[in-house]
Amino acid sequence: MAAEARHLETSVPILADIDIVTARQQGRALAERVGFIGSDLTVIATVISELGRNMLTYAEKGVIRLRPHYFGGRRGIMVVAEDEGPGIVDVELALQDAYSTSKSLGLGLPGTRRLMDEFDIVSVLGKGTKVTVTKWVS
Amino acid sequence: MQVPILKQGDFLIASIQAALTDADLRQLQDDLVHRVSIYRSLGVIVDVTALDVLDSFACRTLSGIAQMTRLRGAKTVVVGIQPDVAFTLVQMGLRLEGVATTLDLEEGLALFNRPTN
Repeated sequence: MAAEARHLETSVPILADIDIVTARQQGRALAERVGFIGSDLTVIATVISELGRNMLTYAEKGVIRLRPHYFGGRRGIMVVAEDEGPGIVDVELALQDAYSTSKSLGLGLPGTRRLMDEFDIVSVLGKGTKVTVTKWVS
Repeated sequence: MQVPILKQGDFLIASIQAALTDADLRQLQDDLVHRVSIYRSLGVIVDVTALDVLDSFACRTLSGIAQMTRLRGAKTVVVGIQPDVAFTLVQMGLRLEGVATTLDLEEGLALFNRPTN
């Protein structure tokens, strides 16, 4: 299973808005292979879209890595969104509903946290931001 | 990918065929607002049946379309939001603020053709 997991792992550079579409389509396809069905597929695609747009808006570019995740007998998908942008000044604030420093709705990150089973964010000012999220097949 | 916009009497129908980039969505907004003025349209239907994802940017743009066309005297209705998409929107906390919705295109047309409208 670990060998298969490595084989299916993909990395999508996010340089323009078309890349967001590519990333969410690949994420959806991978999620299907891992065993997700129904609304979980839409949830995963939507989360990838939000993370990709955050990168373009705040860091101009970045990478989204999609990988099957097997742990403790569970199957899931892990999405890692990493950029080398300016970083987030106040992560707690960025995770609050309706907070935004751009003109967006401010629901991308908090929404992503609600939709996924695991959520981790590391942001260093001047270095970049890494968001890691996992959803398990239920 | 550009979204075809059909003129049907007093109404415009934008039928989204495939996944849209942010630029495509912005273009759709500009096109609809422009055409509402040219054709003096009373209503706009945006058919999102083909979309498997409506993220925060798409929601913001659809709300924008509804508000801008309303200021030009036209009502916008979004039709065909898929059940999985509706589920995700609610979970995300995304609201299609100020946007009328119907189950499908048929209901959307019926909404405009009611005598009260």
